[in-house]
Amino acid sequence: MAIIKDIYALLTGMWITWKHIFRRPVTIQYPEEKRQPYPRYRARIVLTRDPDGGERCVACQLCSAACPVDCISMQSAEGEGGRRYAEWFRINFARCIFCGLCAEACPTLAIQMTPDFEICKRDIMDLLYEKEDLLIDGCGKSPDYNFYRHTGIGVTQPRGNGAGENRPVDVRSLMP
Amino acid sequence: MIYDPIDIALTLAKIALVFFVILTMAAYMVFAERKVLAWVQDRKGPNRVGPFGLLQPLADLIKLLTKEDFRPIGADKWLFYLAPAMAAIPAIMIFAVIPFGAPLTLFGHTVTLQVADLNVGLLLFMALSSIAVYGVALGGWASNSKYALLGSIRGLAQLISYELSMGLSLVPVVMLSRSFRLSDIVNAQSGCWFIVYQPLAFVIFLISIAAECKRIPFDLPEAEGELVAGFHTEYSGMRFGLFFVGEYINIIVLGGLAATFFLGGWHGPWLPPVVWFVGKVLAFAFLFIWVRGTLPRLRYDQLMHFGWKILTPLALVNILVTGWWMVLRG
Ligand code: SF4
Ligand code: SF4
Repeated sequence: MAIIKDIYALLTGMWITWKHIFRRPVTIQYPEEKRQPYPRYRARIVLTRDPDGGERCVACQLCSAACPVDCISMQSAEGEGGRRYAEWFRINFARCIFCGLCAEACPTLAIQMTPDFEICKRDIMDLLYEKEDLLIDGCGKSPDYNFYRHTGIGVTQPRGNGAGENRPVDVRSLMP
Repeated sequence: MIYDPIDIALTLAKIALVFFVILTMAAYMVFAERKVLAWVQDRKGPNRVGPFGLLQPLADLIKLLTKEDFRPIGADKWLFYLAPAMAAIPAIMIFAVIPFGAPLTLFGHTVTLQVADLNVGLLLFMALSSIAVYGVALGGWASNSKYALLGSIRGLAQLISYELSMGLSLVPVVMLSRSFRLSDIVNAQSGCWFIVYQPLAFVIFLISIAAECKRIPFDLPEAEGELVAGFHTEYSGMRFGLFFVGEYINIIVLGGLAATFFLGGWHGPWLPPVVWFVGKVLAFAFLFIWVRGTLPRLRYDQLMHFGWKILTPLALVNILVTGWWMVLRG
């Protein structure tokens, strides 16, 4: 009969909630207990350096273009030897949605997401991170990668000397 | 009838005691509800204010008192201000007729632990519980808001669906104890609780009081998923607090009534009567919280269907069977 089935269903539900009363809560008491997020967690953004200590960012604006909320801005400049860098580089964390698209777009792996999620501030202007705040001294998640070892169009080494790069071809001497 | 000053003083003392105890219990019911719901959902619940969060009701009170007392444009001023009181006061008044302990002897006087031992106690309860719905209906109507209005319409529709079955489920109790006086009803159960004779009436009454105090699965007038907060959508501050605390007072009072009508009131072995009474009330309160943690909300028409087509006929049949049985037993 339907009513017996209904009452049975009610009682099973009550029994389940009764059992849950005595379960250990899964709550993490946040400020006292902290949970370590996974390394790939997307939170505070940093600008990393290459293994030689140089800034990775070449101010190509790709991250800024990829950002769906337009919270990255920068001014590019060129150092001696033609190496490009960002004169200033600013991320507005009050607007950032931590989508990680900037990190995906970056060709030099300069901009990276870190698991540090505790960046709330009393004043919203404090969430405007300048290049000094963003730049770290390490290589972040890709310790061996150096953009200029692979390419870089003659900035740190003559053309064709990068790792995995073919020598330039002399078109005039090309014989069949 | 001659009034003795000591009697009057004792009655006033009882009123003050009941008032204080009920309000404190209602405040802690809020806390208990949050805690138990949290446990049901594998959480911890409020635990920041004071040891184990025990001062949470106080913090809530301060918060409610310091909130802005807001009245929407176009609201009917007097009804809007009156409605919360109309919801909370009848609830606490019902407690006047509930006997919460065995009679004591103090200063050579016999003190019944009951504020007023009326000979129509049960009818007074029915009347007051219907008045409490006016608070819901008028509060929603006076707010000049469609959510509130929908909530109060539902409150009224709910009232006509459960009140009848609630009244009918109490008829066998009156038949068995041959009195409307609550102390007589309690005394009639000194041997055997009425729940033994009347399990069906008990279940019907339990379902009806869940609807009466607007608890899940019958919280249609509030229905926060659909109606924002139903009839008290537009209320803020302590006026909202009155509605809120009124709901919990209602739980305590109706739990007390269910204990009085079916579980022998303060009767019970070994422990003092007051402890038994409070224990039964708390058991009902826990049951309500537990049900809230489990069941979903019924639909409007489901409740009407359930009230009119199932509970009311069942209650009627129950009355007939009880009468038959009483005639047979002589
Ligand atoms: S962080 Fe990467 S993508 Fe952004 S400007 Fe620098 S090099 Fe380009
Ligand atoms: S994480 Fe997303 S929103 Fe934040 S800076 Fe990068 S692209 Fe913009």
